Amino acid sequence: MSSFWSNWIIILTSITIIGITWLLFANRKKDKDAGETTGHVYDGIEEYDNPLPAWWFFMFTITIVWGLGYLAAYPGMGNYTGFLGWTKEGQHDQEVAKAEAKYRAMRDRYLALPVEEIAKDAAVLKMGQRLFGNNCAQCHGADARGGYGFPNLTDNDWLWGGTPAAIKHTLINGRQAAMPAWGSVLGDQGIKEMTAHLLTLNKRTADPQLAAAGAQKFGMYCAACHMPDGTGNQMMGAPNLTDGIWLYGGSEGDIAQTLRAGRNGIMPAQAKLLSEDKIHILTAYVYSLSNKGG
Amino acid sequence: MSDEQRIDLNEIAPAEVAELDLYQKREKIYTRKIEGFFQRVRLYTGWPLLIGYFGLPWLEWGGRQAILFDLPARKFHILGMTFWPQDFSMLAFLLIIAAYSLFAVTVVAGRVWCGYTCPQTVWTSIFMYLEQRFEGSRNQRMKLDKAPMSLEKFVRKGMKHSSWLFVAFMTGMTFVGYFYPIRQLLPELATFSTGFWQAAWTVFFTLATYINAGWMREQVCKYMCPYARFQSVMFDKDTLIVSYDSKRGEPRGSRKHSADYKGLGLGECIDCQLCVQVCPTGIDIRDGLQYECIGCALCIDACNSVMAKMNYPKNLISYTSEHALEGGTFHWLRPRIIGYALMLSIMTGVFAYNIINRVPLEMTVMRDRGELYVETADGRIENVYTIHIVNMTDEQRRYVLNISGLEGARIIGNSEPIVAAGTDLTVPLRVNAAPSSIDVPSKTIHFSLTAEDNPDLTVTIESRFMKPL
Repeated sequence: MSSFWSNWIIILTSITIIGITWLLFANRKKDKDAGETTGHVYDGIEEYDNPLPAWWFFMFTITIVWGLGYLAAYPGMGNYTGFLGWTKEGQHDQEVAKAEAKYRAMRDRYLALPVEEIAKDAAVLKMGQRLFGNNCAQCHGADARGGYGFPNLTDNDWLWGGTPAAIKHTLINGRQAAMPAWGSVLGDQGIKEMTAHLLTLNKRTADPQLAAAGAQKFGMYCAACHMPDGTGNQMMGAPNLTDGIWLYGGSEGDIAQTLRAGRNGIMPAQAKLLSEDKIHILTAYVYSLSNKGG
Repeated sequence: MSDEQRIDLNEIAPAEVAELDLYQKREKIYTRKIEGFFQRVRLYTGWPLLIGYFGLPWLEWGGRQAILFDLPARKFHILGMTFWPQDFSMLAFLLIIAAYSLFAVTVVAGRVWCGYTCPQTVWTSIFMYLEQRFEGSRNQRMKLDKAPMSLEKFVRKGMKHSSWLFVAFMTGMTFVGYFYPIRQLLPELATFSTGFWQAAWTVFFTLATYINAGWMREQVCKYMCPYARFQSVMFDKDTLIVSYDSKRGEPRGSRKHSADYKGLGLGECIDCQLCVQVCPTGIDIRDGLQYECIGCALCIDACNSVMAKMNYPKNLISYTSEHALEGGTFHWLRPRIIGYALMLSIMTGVFAYNIINRVPLEMTVMRDRGELYVETADGRIENVYTIHIVNMTDEQRRYVLNISGLEGARIIGNSEPIVAAGTDLTVPLRVNAAPSSIDVPSKTIHFSLTAEDNPDLTVTIESRFMKPL
């Protein structure tokens, strides 16, 4: 607030308080001389000019004194912050700290237990569902079944491993997958052959000649990450190419596009966003999605 | 209201008003005990209400307190029904009906609420009864108050205040018992182990009862109660009022039992002041209709007992109306009453319909907005929804979720959720449909949730299903 507006408020408030105090005391009368009227007459009814009731007068006085004390203690007089040093940010932080202290203790109890065990606890799963809804559902969907480019977390098909330790690692550090673009290496014909080979791996119909050529190139370019049999490698986040589950679409065109241009899936690291105890509970929730009943 | 129905203003005893000091302290009213027909009516209407008030919290219903307003859990149990904060509009409706009934009764019968059933009157009567027991009759009490402190006075006063405090405590404790299980509250209070708020509210209501019924009494009706002040607008000339028949009574005056009062030029009022002495608000009913009169009919009983002793006809003071006093006839059926009755029956009917047809089940459907739709590998379209279910019944139930408006669509996820009694559940799921069934980019669909064991427990919620443009 600029000093003009600060002074404006201080002056207006002061004048008002002094004004009402003067009004209250200057008009005070104590004598109850009956019969004196204010001179107002309506339909023959006159108004007595009687003293204010004592209780009402003292209530008003107390209100003024209270108001002065309040303005001294709390922010109110322009830029003056009050001697209590109260701020709304401070109160917010206090409330957050209070809630944190309350729930932290409860979550810390779970932190001491293994993921497999708390994944059976309904209370943990309820908390986990809320954490998931706030932090993960934007990409993976509220039901965690994912979508185009975002893996389904309920099908027990894991890119980076489905053990509690692997899930936790994914949550804490994030993951960055790197499927290189093979368009310039394979050429248009190579892409066609490789696509045919991948369709065959999934027992879908494809030209056997093209597929055979693709199989040879697979050993050369792809097997390092996806393994010679195409079942993938969770150490590198290389997906299993034989299970009919496609993160970026399983149509012939989609597969060819993935081969040509590559894919770079990113799971952001949550370590700085979520506390350890919350990540532990989220781990249990995600683990439970593929391990119903433990 | 026509002018004919308006009750004219009578200025009473103008000489007295001039002398009235607006700053005077309250003069303590010593009421005389009286028995009679209307006091028996009060007794017979008062007891069931008192027994109800003190007894209801102790009733059990299916393993819990039958009537319990559980504020921390935000659940309000009334017999077999459990209300949630979502049902609060019903409470507002109920209060409007109650207020309307009060107005209707006032138009017909004047201030019967004030005189017979208002807690202020009922508890004041209880306290007056205790006062009578420990300090004696009206004259004995006046003497006792004037007497210097003595052992007897101390003991009598002490007994009175102890008994008042006991009744006040039971009242306060019972009141809190509607909000906190009373079977826990009483032993906890007895062992000083109850929580701060239970203790604080018990003390508050104990003191409020003690002060209101012991010390404030008629001042609550005269200066604090808004209803006492505005109900005069509901009065008309046919409203039942407690009134003195001045044509019959005046001129008042004392006389011998055997005297020929008509020969002496006197009316039937013997000016014994009994009607003034019994009045809990300290007014003289012979001055006419006054706003202080709470319609308790104590003066009718007092006067009738005197009339009986004098062998005069009864009802010099009686329930009557301004019309009847003027010698006219008394009309029960008047447009205002018909209007009130009609409105009341409509409102009660609507309320009853709502209560009977209330579905103790709630569902909210939230569409995922992160991704508007998902295209699956086999070319179908999926939308993700979060379903929030509130089971407001006292039993665990399995519900069946269905969708309509989307041909051949299926739900992937838990479409038969089990929700525990009185809890809520969040179920994320997705709906999978063939693109051919979605004719517009954003199609209206309906989710309906039905309890497996009870088809009456059904709610239907509208939502949308989206496909690529």
